[in-house]
Amino acid sequence: MASLPPNFQQLKQDQLQPFLHDEISVPADLEGNVLITTVDKIYNWSRRSSMWPLLFGLACCAIEMIASAASRYDLSRFGMEVMRPSPRQSDLMIVSGTVTKKMVPAIVRIYNQMAEPRYVVSMGACATGGGPFKEGYNVVSGIDKYIPVDVYVPGCPPTPEALIYGLMKMHEKVDRQSVVSVPWYQKDSSQFVPVPRLGPDIFDPRQVELIKDTTLKAATGAAAANGAGTGGGAAAETRGPVELSAKAIARMEEAKRRWRAKQG
Amino acid sequence: MTEATAVMDAPAGELGLAPELADAVVDTWAEDTEKAYVVAPDRILEVLTHLRDGQGYDFLSNLTCVDYEGYGGKLRAGIDARLEVVYNLYSTRRGGGSIALHVRVPEDDTVPSATSVYPGANLQEREVYDLFGVKFDGHPNLRRILLWDGFHGHPMRKDWHEAYYEEDAKPFRSRHPKGEYEFHEDKVPWAKNTTYPAGWDPDSWQEAVAYVPVSQAPQHENEPHLDTESIVVNLGPHHPSTHGVFRMLTRVEGETILALEPEMGYLHRNHEKIGERNTWLMNMPFTDRLDYLNSMSNNWAYALAVEKLADIEVPERAEYLRVIMAEFSRIVNHAWSIGFILNDLGALQTPALYAIEEREMILDLFEAVSGARMMCNYMRFGGVVRDLPEGWHEQAAYLANERLPRALDELDRLLTENEILMARGRGVGYLSVEDLISLSVSGPMIRAGGLAYDIRKAEPYGIYDRFDFDIPTLPNSDIYDRYYIRLLEARESVRILQQALRDIPEGEILGGRGGYTLRAPEGQVYGRLEAPKGELGFYLASDGKTQPWRYHVRSPSYINLNALGPMSVGYKVADAIVILGAIDIVLGEVDR
Amino acid sequence: MFGTGLLKGLGVTLKHALETFEDDRESVPDRYKGSLDLGNNRKVIQQPIDQEGLLTIQYPEEKRLLPERFRYIPMLIWDSEKQEDRCTACGICAKVCPPQCIWIVRDSDENGKPVTRCSEFYIDAAVCMSCSFCVEFCPFDAIKMNHDYELAVYDRYPQLVYDMEELTVPLEYYAALWPTQYEEEQARRKEEEEQKRKQEEEKAARAAARQAAAAQKAEAGAGAPKRSAAELQALAKERAAQRQAQAQGQTADGGGDDDAAAAKRARMEDLKRRAQERARQRKLESGNGSS
Repeated sequence: MASLPPNFQQLKQDQLQPFLHDEISVPADLEGNVLITTVDKIYNWSRRSSMWPLLFGLACCAIEMIASAASRYDLSRFGMEVMRPSPRQSDLMIVSGTVTKKMVPAIVRIYNQMAEPRYVVSMGACATGGGPFKEGYNVVSGIDKYIPVDVYVPGCPPTPEALIYGLMKMHEKVDRQSVVSVPWYQKDSSQFVPVPRLGPDIFDPRQVELIKDTTLKAATGAAAANGAGTGGGAAAETRGPVELSAKAIARMEEAKRRWRAKQG
Repeated sequence: MTEATAVMDAPAGELGLAPELADAVVDTWAEDTEKAYVVAPDRILEVLTHLRDGQGYDFLSNLTCVDYEGYGGKLRAGIDARLEVVYNLYSTRRGGGSIALHVRVPEDDTVPSATSVYPGANLQEREVYDLFGVKFDGHPNLRRILLWDGFHGHPMRKDWHEAYYEEDAKPFRSRHPKGEYEFHEDKVPWAKNTTYPAGWDPDSWQEAVAYVPVSQAPQHENEPHLDTESIVVNLGPHHPSTHGVFRMLTRVEGETILALEPEMGYLHRNHEKIGERNTWLMNMPFTDRLDYLNSMSNNWAYALAVEKLADIEVPERAEYLRVIMAEFSRIVNHAWSIGFILNDLGALQTPALYAIEEREMILDLFEAVSGARMMCNYMRFGGVVRDLPEGWHEQAAYLANERLPRALDELDRLLTENEILMARGRGVGYLSVEDLISLSVSGPMIRAGGLAYDIRKAEPYGIYDRFDFDIPTLPNSDIYDRYYIRLLEARESVRILQQALRDIPEGEILGGRGGYTLRAPEGQVYGRLEAPKGELGFYLASDGKTQPWRYHVRSPSYINLNALGPMSVGYKVADAIVILGAIDIVLGEVDR
Repeated sequence: MFGTGLLKGLGVTLKHALETFEDDRESVPDRYKGSLDLGNNRKVIQQPIDQEGLLTIQYPEEKRLLPERFRYIPMLIWDSEKQEDRCTACGICAKVCPPQCIWIVRDSDENGKPVTRCSEFYIDAAVCMSCSFCVEFCPFDAIKMNHDYELAVYDRYPQLVYDMEELTVPLEYYAALWPTQYEEEQARRKEEEEQKRKQEEEKAARAAARQAAAAQKAEAGAGAPKRSAAELQALAKERAAQRQAQAQGQTADGGGDDDAAAAKRARMEDLKRRAQERARQRKLESGNGSS
């Protein structure tokens, strides 16, 4: 504002350069590193330049998402102005806001309905990790617990610039994909994420065995739980075909180990 | 109404009970903070009827519940009943303060439902049932509202703990130096924020689905010769017209709505449970996220309630700053709401883009003064946190004197005489103002029905009594009036802004005592203000500690939804969407 | 007449369209008035309030001028004058944090005694609500709000749990972001330090005087020759000067503390290097994320 020193911007730029990351641009060394055929270039350019987001607002962040699409930030400069309410017509899901347990089955269903290639941007602290509401009983601590996320944008809420920066990271990611290796042209790769169900609490079909292990053990003691754990093995095979990511499994194992250690 | 006026003889705040009702009041409570009458559970309906018909308390503003399990305060010593249902009544005709009634309920007992006296108790009683497990006798549709049928337990009870539970009160010890920090995810083996009752078997689980009013809606009888069937159509929770994650279950015949039921909770983020763990001050940034278009009004409403409870003075300049910020945010809200009513009408984007243009300029001002565009976190108990930066005042004055009036004129020219808006809006979504009041609807909705009820005039808070402004009213109570009233109100806000920016004095901005170690005195209080969407209230109960014992938000968006069903029946599906848009809800506030 | 309202509305939009069209045809469009040209097509836009309409900011080339008070994620201050972290691990920020996203571990010396310095400091950016309470209540001006919003990453763990290295920035960075507040703060700090120094001096003088008095008494009791008052004063002064020299030696690189100072300078260099590395990393990282 008016009280800034006259050379404020200069000062800001000079001081910040070594501490901030560079401006956004597609890195020059990209062409050298990655094998990009002409087909890839055209393929990626066209996908990147018309990445239609799903018109899908959850909470506060949705307002900033609308602000990014409005006059001042104008997402149409990136070919993203066509926000499609139908998941069938959209490429990008911007999870903009707190994901609650009541809502997560719907989100997973919408994600399943999106056609490949599909991308997910988790916008804001809440969608990323539960945010300030993380401890709440109806809040999912991060949408990545249920569906794979490509870019995380922190902030509460992220300003429109921050969101656009995240979208550009998304574009960069798209730029690095090759027709040869993208999963959706591989056989049997595009599969549904099992939809979570509303029980006494939300439960992920992928974790049914784990849940049973704990609830039944709590009810009948360790010996019975062992039996239940082995007995339920057959049922698990009929469930969700999509596996959790390796990272999620590692994290879960870690959590399980600590939990067990704590139980003694 | 006139015959009721004749019997309004009891002074404000007194019950004025007839002798045969005198024994219904068994106790009074919290005399030091805000006095409440404790009524015997079986007499509550008689007392409510008396207050409504005899004393003119026609507006059931707030209905909530407090769980006193483990309460440490002195005032409530020796009382067994664990739960206490709270009623706050106001009079829209004579204005003034509230009457607070409490009903003490032992666990698992029932209370007569107030819906027969005040139909507006509908959603609030369902919420109390959902979160506290209090059953209301005679409620037409008593099922869970924010959570889902089948959810385990009643989470607002003090002894209910979720998976990531750490301690009853913040700050959590684990975060301090020497604490053993543990990621929330590591507290449970499946690394998710979930917990299941012992012995529960997911394989045999059946989800409960019951949408009674919609499935039992009457068949269409106007055209008996047509062999048609009504069907249930579900809109949402992911739908571009629902302003977020909101769901409408409709029963339609052809395009005509026979019944409509709102279904919410898709953004229920446990404000109140988290709020009871936070210290008094920590709740301030959380209130930003209630109605995320108007963080300033939310801040103020909460600060107002706490100031009332803890008796904190606010310096003069801070009062002016609060008015300025609140009125700016009212303009933001109304512009947004107008734009999106048009969006719902099918005028996709152009009017909305025009309407939210000025919003960016106002948000720039908010950002310059508070640091954030939306989540301002600007007010504190006893004032505001930062003074205006240099150059702010001139910009705001330019905005209020030149730019905003021009922008509102332009919006007026763009929309008001538009024939399509008139054709779609005139006579659609009508509900008489008496019905609206009995449904506890507040804000622009009732003013568009012809009742000049505005808390800024009826029970002035802050320094609103110093400003010269009118309460615009319109007679028709339809979509068009609900659109136009917002434009008129925005103009009044501009008038207030001009005066406030002209008169603002120099001086202190923050009185003392309101820091993060604040301990509010034991008692209870209900503070409210006229938020852009209606009456925003905070019901707070304190046991004298650094955390609120009970922190309840009476949110206008949520309670105005009482009217959605009655307003939509008989109109087309496309109209229902605009009717919802004209109620102007924000899901952060609906579900909290 | 039916339709006049429609025409009127259309007139409004047409007027807007023509105006923007006209503005675009100017050699220097209106939106660059009052903005800063950084060269290389980059601009910092600040729309004057009296300018009609709303301007589109062509992020990323053009950025909005952020107000000084803009807050995003907190940062920790490295005091480059004193060559030390300002944080004393008092834990107040962690206590006032509404979502409790700060986690501090206090450092201890060789003997296991806790010292006023933190060894670990984490902020979970996936929880932080940018409320700035930590800044408001920090008694040491050690934590401030950063303006950097370009933080999007491909992985949540561990990228979004910022550790001390990632959070720490030198004082100059803060001074550049928050010039007004920085100046106020510096003035206040100087004053406080001045006061503290004065108090300490007074205390030293008093102690010396008391000691001298005690000595005098003892001496008087023993019947030894007395020192003159002037002598005593000189002695006290000498002691105070000694103490001050010692204190200075601790902050500046005097006496035998050369190693410590060098270590601190090295830490500063290290910080800068890490920041640069991080910047490069973020740029390159794009490759790792692709599936």
